[in-house]
Amino acid sequence: MSRIKNKRLHNESSLKEQWPMLVMMLPFFTLFFLLTIIPIISSVFLSTTSFDLLNPIKFVGIDNYFRMFVTDDSFLTVLKNTLILVLMTGPGGFLLAFLLAWIVNEFSPTTRTLLSFMFYAPSLCGNAFFIWKIIFSGDSYGYLNSILLSLGVITEPITFLSDAKYLMPIVIIVQLWQSMGISFLSNIAGLQNVSNDLYEAGAIDGLRNRWQELWYITLPSMQHMILFSVVMQIQSSFTVSAITTELAGYPSVGYSVDTIVSLMTDVGTVRYEMGYAAAISCVLFLLMAGTRIILGKFLQIMGK
Amino acid sequence: MIVKAIKSFRNFREMNSAKQQMNSRRYTRSKFGDFLILLIVVLAGLFTMLPLIYAVSTSFKPLDEILLFPPKFLVRRPTLENYIALSSLLSDQYVPLTRYIFNSVFITIFTTIVYILISSMAAFGLSKSKFKCKNALFMIVQFALLFNTYTLSVPQYLILSEVKVIDTYWAYILPQLATTLGVFLTKQYIEGYIPDAFIEAAKIDGAGYFRIFFRIVLPLIKPILLTLLLFSFRDVWAFIPQGTIFSESIKTLPFLMSQISGGGIARSGSVMAITVIMMTPPVIVYLISQSNVMDSMSSAGIKE
Repeated sequence: MSRIKNKRLHNESSLKEQWPMLVMMLPFFTLFFLLTIIPIISSVFLSTTSFDLLNPIKFVGIDNYFRMFVTDDSFLTVLKNTLILVLMTGPGGFLLAFLLAWIVNEFSPTTRTLLSFMFYAPSLCGNAFFIWKIIFSGDSYGYLNSILLSLGVITEPITFLSDAKYLMPIVIIVQLWQSMGISFLSNIAGLQNVSNDLYEAGAIDGLRNRWQELWYITLPSMQHMILFSVVMQIQSSFTVSAITTELAGYPSVGYSVDTIVSLMTDVGTVRYEMGYAAAISCVLFLLMAGTRIILGKFLQIMGK
Repeated sequence: MIVKAIKSFRNFREMNSAKQQMNSRRYTRSKFGDFLILLIVVLAGLFTMLPLIYAVSTSFKPLDEILLFPPKFLVRRPTLENYIALSSLLSDQYVPLTRYIFNSVFITIFTTIVYILISSMAAFGLSKSKFKCKNALFMIVQFALLFNTYTLSVPQYLILSEVKVIDTYWAYILPQLATTLGVFLTKQYIEGYIPDAFIEAAKIDGAGYFRIFFRIVLPLIKPILLTLLLFSFRDVWAFIPQGTIFSESIKTLPFLMSQISGGGIARSGSVMAITVIMMTPPVIVYLISQSNVMDSMSSAGIKE
């Protein structure tokens, strides 16, 4: 009895005393629930309806999903494009970010600062991918075309950005160019924090070269950091859309590089088919969350 | 007194990490490996830097050099005419260039300041309050790292139109404020650098939570605040809202960039000029904050 009373007393005093904390947490969490949690939950609900912002919401069951996977060819195309992009730039971008961070760490602090800037710069300048539009421009003044022409490799300028054959590789190159982002910086910081004692112990235990050191000491100590960069990489590679729309337009030639996000944006904010857009975003959430959970489990198993 | 104690605690940690960097040259390094690493650095550096250097150089080229065949990589007779031409390109529009610049600068600075403030307050609560649900909340925040403003753009659209902020500055500001990266990073940092005992000691000295946060915690977590400054500045500066901005008078520089880049090759000088204008502020912010970013990102790991 007295225990219960004590507990309640403690709780009361704690709320009385903790209210400033509540006040400080409120602004962010209000916005977070309003603009992240509620949108996610409401798109699950909206995905079973037909809604165009003007007429009343109509329940349609799984019609949207049926349309997505059976009748609408464009969804399967963008799904395929997105998965190709994710496979090429996700693991590729992650490995590049880790490898370069590891290499940068081999240098002295001053060189390290300079090199980090060089590799981080494309991602730092968010919209700088416009440069590639000029480089790949389709007439003979496009930088790549004019180089190839003057070298005699080609005789006619190639229309890189309106040829389905070239678009996907170009988007992959540009995305990789910008992939040295937050995960790259966090990898550098994480690598600096791996304790030197571990390396010394490893040297005594007979690690012969830096590759063994990387595999047996660095990677296991970086487990949490790696999960963070994996999450960042999933986030950026699943949501490539600005690059494709700006370089290739929407829709791109033969729908060759349109992604789930660009289709969703078009359906939702241009055609105002909110129900269908919500269904697409639900599939996107599931894909991203699924990838995240599987990779998280995988890293946990690897860590043991 | 307390501040002094925490500062010396931090200095101790910094000294430790400095010591680690001093003897970074270890036994496990071979000549061949050194060569391979140098090769990778040079190739990766060329890949990331050449397009940016090309952009800067082209932005200073006079028209006849832009149309030169074969094109030269570097400018020979630098001129500012591409930059001056930017405002005349827009002279047929009723919105002058300065308006776009003002919009970009105002939105970016305002959003970044509010973002840093509400994120660090929420992170402080998540780390040091005694609410029972705080761990669950943090898990949600950590998982939501996966979703950025582009993934959520369509689900957020309905909420934004419900609170009547479509086609206002708020359509730029609110989505960024609801992203969780800032809270996540700051919470991890506070956890790593500010022991509970310091908060308890300050409370015994009679300080309330507001006082503790603004007088003691904020000055101590400066490195992570500068990190948030960089990430938020970079994201907001490059952000193009999807379908929520229509009025030309509240559009920002990224919109202008994509308009100008739609023009043919004769405009490539102007495209590069506005690219350079867009690149400069994030680079400056990076140069100011970079040493802090490297220090503070090491606590970014995700633990499951």
